[in-house]
Amino acid sequence: MHISEGVLSVPVLASGIALTAAGVTIGLKKMKDQDIPKIAVVSSALFIASLIHIPLGPTSVHLILNGVGGILLGWQIFPSYLLILLLQAILLQYGGLTVLGVNTIIFALPGLISWLLFKTTAGKSEKLDGIMAFICGSLAVLLSGILLAFSLMLTGESWLEVAKLALLAHLPVMVIEGIVSYFCLLFIKKVKPELLGGM
Amino acid sequence: MIDERFAKGVSWIHQLDPRLKVIITVLMAVVIATGNNLVMLTQALILALLLLLSAGLDFRLVLKRILIINFFIFFIWFMLPFTYGGTTLFQLGPLTASREGVFYALRITLRSNAVMLIIITLIATSTISALMHALRYLYLPEKLVYLLFLIYRYLHVLGREFKKLNNSILLRGFKSRTGIHSYKTYAYLIGMLFIKSYERSQRVYEAMLCRGFKGKFYIMDDFAVSFYDYIFLITGLLAVAWFILLEKGVVF
Repeated sequence: MHISEGVLSVPVLASGIALTAAGVTIGLKKMKDQDIPKIAVVSSALFIASLIHIPLGPTSVHLILNGVGGILLGWQIFPSYLLILLLQAILLQYGGLTVLGVNTIIFALPGLISWLLFKTTAGKSEKLDGIMAFICGSLAVLLSGILLAFSLMLTGESWLEVAKLALLAHLPVMVIEGIVSYFCLLFIKKVKPELLGGM
Repeated sequence: MIDERFAKGVSWIHQLDPRLKVIITVLMAVVIATGNNLVMLTQALILALLLLLSAGLDFRLVLKRILIINFFIFFIWFMLPFTYGGTTLFQLGPLTASREGVFYALRITLRSNAVMLIIITLIATSTISALMHALRYLYLPEKLVYLLFLIYRYLHVLGREFKKLNNSILLRGFKSRTGIHSYKTYAYLIGMLFIKSYERSQRVYEAMLCRGFKGKFYIMDDFAVSFYDYIFLITGLLAVAWFILLEKGVVF
């Protein structure tokens, strides 16, 4: 879920921009020319995946997949999400410009954490990789929910109830994301292990 | 699936220099999104509406986008007035709505709509390609611009690829339901999307290297700032200054 324009307080917006700038700078420093096509493809796929609606009981939710994105991209997840969100703001009017920083952190930071976590046990065994994919996929969504709720709460006490509801809405998505990440990563590992880099 | 619907048009806004449009939009967005003064926010929304009208965009599409933006806003109107605290406006069972809470929700509504309308009229009316060049002129790192270019390019490729894969699973009798089988199918579909496009990107990259690609993004659009662009820039800056004055309470 994207935070809309005009909701957050100035300090929250400013810290979001500062953190994003730091993440993007590290990402760009580590980015080699030959990696750029891969980053672009994964980013576009994340954009497309976010438009896919998956049924859940009577309603449907859309995928986020920032866990899988993080595992595939590492630090590059920051520039990737910055540009995805910029394009979404321009083409679909999701999110906005001043909230670009905060929204990037909400999606990219959990992705980075998933990557760091996945890396610790990657390649040890098929089963472990599967379990880790599930954990990282759902953890990323949970962390996104927490960051979202956190930025709302920092804006003002009156947002507490909204923040709680927003976090609650992330819980069912968490399970679905875990399952999809599990199958998706095992599939990529089987068919095209190079995509997972050195793992 | 993804197209630049607002960029097709012939109004004066479409013909402005994208660099100036980006600058004015960012300034306006910052001033409006951080503003608290109700008079300023109302004027900003009126300005945004006037700009929108003169851009002559597809009215139904704009309305649809505005509805999406206001989905979240609609939701906070049911929450914030009751949680903000302050002088009581009315009571609803055990819940008390406060005056300050209602004004807070109103401010958010005005800010959000004004900024998004300005983004629609000033940013979405330029093609992504023009915006990329504008961002390069405005010193966005080269790698970032190049990455943006490729992401945008692959969005279309992947969008088509997704449709193809989706059609093929539908032809095989796939019905989207709540359950492991559905989730697994979607996971494989997305995995396939990653792999197919990764292979394609490698081929494209090799082809680019063969043609002497050096990781540079050359500026091809030759923007020229015309007389109307200067008028737009000056009026835009004046409007921003006026909003700041209103916000600081210097006037009124």
